[in-house]
Formats: sequence, C-alpha cells, structure tokens
Amino acid sequence: MTESTAIAERADGSPAVSSGGEPAIVADGLVKRYGEVIALDGVSFMAPAGTVLGLLGPNGAGKTTVVRILTTLLRPDAGSGRVLGHDVLAQPHRVRASIGLAGQYAAVDENLTARENLWLVGRLTHVPGAVVARRSEELLQRFDLGAAADRLVRMYSGGMRRRLDLAAALVHQPAVLFLDEPTTGLDPQGRNELWRVIEELVGGGTTVLLTTQYLEEADRLADRIIVIDHGRVIAQGTAAELKASMGATVIEVAFRDATAVADAREKLAAIGPVTVAGRALHVGVADGPRAMLETVRVLDAAGLTPTTLTLREPTLDDVFLTLTGHIAEEPAEAGNGAAAIAPRRAGRGGA
Amino acid sequence: MATRAIAARPAIAEAPAQRAQPVGDALAITWRNLLTIRRTPRLLVFATIQPVMFVLMFRYVFGGAISTPGTSYVNYLMPGIFVQTVVFGALTTGIGLSEDLHKGLIDRFRSLPMARSAVLVGRSLADLVRNVFVVLLMCVVGFIVGWRVDHGWLGLPAALLLVLAFSYALSWVFAIVGLSAPDAETAQAMSFPLLAPLIFASSAFVPVKTMPDWLQAFANHQPVSVVVNATRDLTLGRSAGSDLLQAVAWIVAIVAVCAPLAVARYRRVS
Repeated sequence: MTESTAIAERADGSPAVSSGGEPAIVADGLVKRYGEVIALDGVSFMAPAGTVLGLLGPNGAGKTTVVRILTTLLRPDAGSGRVLGHDVLAQPHRVRASIGLAGQYAAVDENLTARENLWLVGRLTHVPGAVVARRSEELLQRFDLGAAADRLVRMYSGGMRRRLDLAAALVHQPAVLFLDEPTTGLDPQGRNELWRVIEELVGGGTTVLLTTQYLEEADRLADRIIVIDHGRVIAQGTAAELKASMGATVIEVAFRDATAVADAREKLAAIGPVTVAGRALHVGVADGPRAMLETVRVLDAAGLTPTTLTLREPTLDDVFLTLTGHIAEEPAEAGNGAAAIAPRRAGRGGA
Repeated sequence: MATRAIAARPAIAEAPAQRAQPVGDALAITWRNLLTIRRTPRLLVFATIQPVMFVLMFRYVFGGAISTPGTSYVNYLMPGIFVQTVVFGALTTGIGLSEDLHKGLIDRFRSLPMARSAVLVGRSLADLVRNVFVVLLMCVVGFIVGWRVDHGWLGLPAALLLVLAFSYALSWVFAIVGLSAPDAETAQAMSFPLLAPLIFASSAFVPVKTMPDWLQAFANHQPVSVVVNATRDLTLGRSAGSDLLQAVAWIVAIVAVCAPLAVARYRRVS
C-alpha cells in the first residue's frame, strides 16, 4: 500500500505516540447523569496509540456523551479521561491541542468556502499561516474538494460537508482523532468515500476513536470494538473475537408466521443461543455442519418448515443482537429468549 | 510504512506548550463573522428596514401628536432611533451565537486549543462593525427626513460613539441569552419581552413626563433612557454631564458583569 504524499507528510509531522507507552486514549469509570437519566454508568476503556477503537452501540447508548467528555466539551459526574496522558479535566488545553473532532453534525461554516473553513481552524489552532495554506491545499486534494475549494459550503452536498468536516479536524495534525458517527445519514457512496479516507488516515498512524451504530463500519475500520448499551460497556474485543463469542457459525432460520418463530425458538434453544430478528432466528453454534443436521431434525420432528435455512459466518449484527437483545419483537416471548441467551448477557446487570 | 516513522516522534507533552492567544483568536473569529455578514446581505437589509420604518412612522404618523419642548420632534426622535436600532440589533448577537451553537460550530470551537473568550469577543466585535454601518445609514435616513445637528459637530461623533459603546455592551447581554436559549427562534422570542419595555417605557420616542408617575420612576432611570438622554444632549448641543456619566457607568457595568458571565456560560454550554 502506497501512502499518498499528503498523508505521509501529515504522519511525519504528527506526534502520535505518547511517552512511556501509555495508551493514547483512556476512559476510566465515566459517569454522566441528566436528571434521572443515566447516560453513562461507569464506562472504561483504552485505545493504544496508532489504533482505531470502535465505540459501537444503538442510538442513545451513550457514545456521543463519551466523545464529548474525552474532547473536553462535557464534564463527567464521575470518572476521568486522559488523552496522550493529559487529563481532560485538569489539562483541557493540552488535550485540545492534541485532538481533532469530526462530528455527526458536520460542524463547518456554511457561509465560508472550504478553504476559508480550513484557514479558520488553522488560525485557531495557531498553525503558522504559510503552513495552513499548504496543508489546506493537501487536505482539499486528498478529500476530493479541490475543485469546490472556493465555493461556499452551503452549496455542498452532505458527503462533501462530512469530508470537509473531517479535513477541518486534521488541519493541525492531531495525534488523536475523534469521529462521532462520521457516516450517519450519508448515502452508500458517500459512506464508502469517507471510509476510504479514514482508512488512509489510520494507515498514517493516527489514533482514532470512532463511534458508530453501523456494525459494518466498526468491522471494517476498527482494530478493537467496545460495545456499549444503556451507558455501559457490554462487550469488547476485536471484531473476530466478538464474532467468535457468538459461536463459530450462525444458523439462520426464517419462517412465514410468528407462531412458527416462537415454536422454533423454544425447540432450537437446545442447540445454541437463539436470537430473534423479525421472522428470522439466529442460532450461534460451534460445529456448523453437525448443528445444521440437528436443526433439520428438530424442525422436521416439530413439523416446522422454514422459508430460509442457511449456515453462515457470524456478523457483528449477530453479536450485537445477542448482546443487546434489542430487536426481540414479541414481548410475550421475551422470557424464553432471555433464558436462551442469558449466559451472554450476564455482564449487563438489570435491564 | 508511515506508522514506524511516527513511533520515533516526540510525545506531544514534550512539544512546546501552546498558549492561548486571546487577541489573535478573537480576530480570527471576527474575520469569520464579518465574512458571514457580507455573504448574507439580506440579514443586513432586514436589520435596517425596521429602524427605517420606525423613523418614517414616528416622524410622519405619531410625531405630529407628540410635543417636545425646546426642539423639533425629528431632532428629539433621532437619538431614540439610534438607541432603539442598536438595542434590537444586539439581538443578532444572541441569534448568531445560538445558530453557531446548534449547528455544532461551537462544539468545534470548544474542542480547539483557542481562548475561551474568543468566540464571544469575535462575535461582539463583528456586530460592532455591523452596527457602525447601520448607525451611519440611520444618520443618512435622518438627514433625509429633516434631522439637523445644529449645535457643534463634535457632539455628533461623541453621540454616535456612545450609541456604539452601548450596542457593544448589549451584545454581551444577548450573548448570554443566545447561549442559554434552546434555539435561535426562542432566543429571539425570549428577548422581545425583555426589550420592549426598555425601548418603549423610555425617553426614546416620547417625553417621560407624559407617562404615569409610577412608570416615570422606571423610565427615568433605566439604561435606555439614560443613554438616549445623553445622546440627545450631545446632538442638541446641550451639556450632557450627568446623563453622559450615568450612561458610561451603565455601559461599563453591563460589560463588567455580562462578559464574564457569558464566557462562563460558554465554557459550560453543552
């Protein structure tokens, strides 16, 4: 893989690793309450320098709150955070000097051109003028904004704004980059473009904390994944580890009617942990072919004929469904499902 | 591979500590806000239409019914119009900040190693420049409808400076409103009930003596009246001593109280 000039140069000037081997990002027991609502309930994790940490969870899980605390925008009620060894509460100025933030709301100024936006951020991060001009040009080329560089941002498409937002987060060559749902709301093409750009950055050695509700995104970009739900970390590991925790293989069985789904769920619980997504059942198993035979026997004996019956590699979707159980549709049967997947939810406590 | 090159870089902790640069940061934000004003000229047009309407209405509709001892009504009116213009104009500071806040721009600024005061100072300075433009325009409108400054041309620049200083102080009041309101529309809606009594229960458009006694007590001492009186004295060539002192005191006090409050609010806004 060849590094582009822009990225290689960015990497060269970028102090990405803190001394003493301390992780680039540390969250330690973060708690945040809004009145009665507990947004974060003791979130801890760390990201080694030069890696991508994916913070994966549904809407309202607390991902953005974590990012806001670690970027000094919000004070936690308890716990602490460190970025490159600097405490976010005690040394916010040092933290700000070492981070870049790109958010889901594309915080760029609509009444400025792309070049002016980058110039502004460059000035505000105290990068010398000549350097800002050169670096802006590199970033604009890198993010395919060269042709539109002198157009007002209010004429930009959503994807162009996101790319500019990301470029603005990179003007001062931060060693640590926070990306809060960078592709939410983008069309597939825009998402792919942004993924390509993020992958190049990571190749350049930047430490990235990425929040996302897209499993595909975390799978593709993150070295390690922290799954959070209701303000708590419910699982963590590499994408491969998380998938392995699901069982080596997933058997997917779908039915036309809900009664059959309920019936099958009960019967298949003996084979492996079962989760329900609509009219489909996912069974995590260790030995795929053997479990498949067993599944066929069980279904046949019960007189259940599925519309789909497949054996496949587990995806993060399976992991997520197993961990959070959010997509269970029939509340009346929740008891069964919960029992079947109880061992995997042990860490969740309550809820 | 680039990763290896990075591992050899010194830690950021060892890099020269970046110090906040309040003046440079504020000027960068001022530049950005002035560009915004220039690129949304319709906002400037709407901001000037209202005071022009007020001039025309009071000059030609209500003016005939208001008697102002010692001078013509248009000469009485124009200082009130100046102050009214900048008071309503100060709303823009709050609305602009509220928009920046809800578009996520303030999040970006707050995540940068820039001075905490810069976004607010820059905003208030850009709005001051805008007010210079609007106030000069109102001078022209005034001259067209017969306003005359007969006594001393030193009085007029002094009067305009006072009005602009007052506008600057008010920007800080509305900065707090803008950072506290849930959105820009609410910021505007919240401000009007605050502003209307200050503008209308004042000496801006009618002599306070025509008001009921209980209202006079308020109208004589509230800041808008004090500033209007001082401005009027200066443009009419009267000695402005006591009113001028009071007006300057109000301006200094408002900035001294509201600027730190606004910056504190900015630090904690979320």
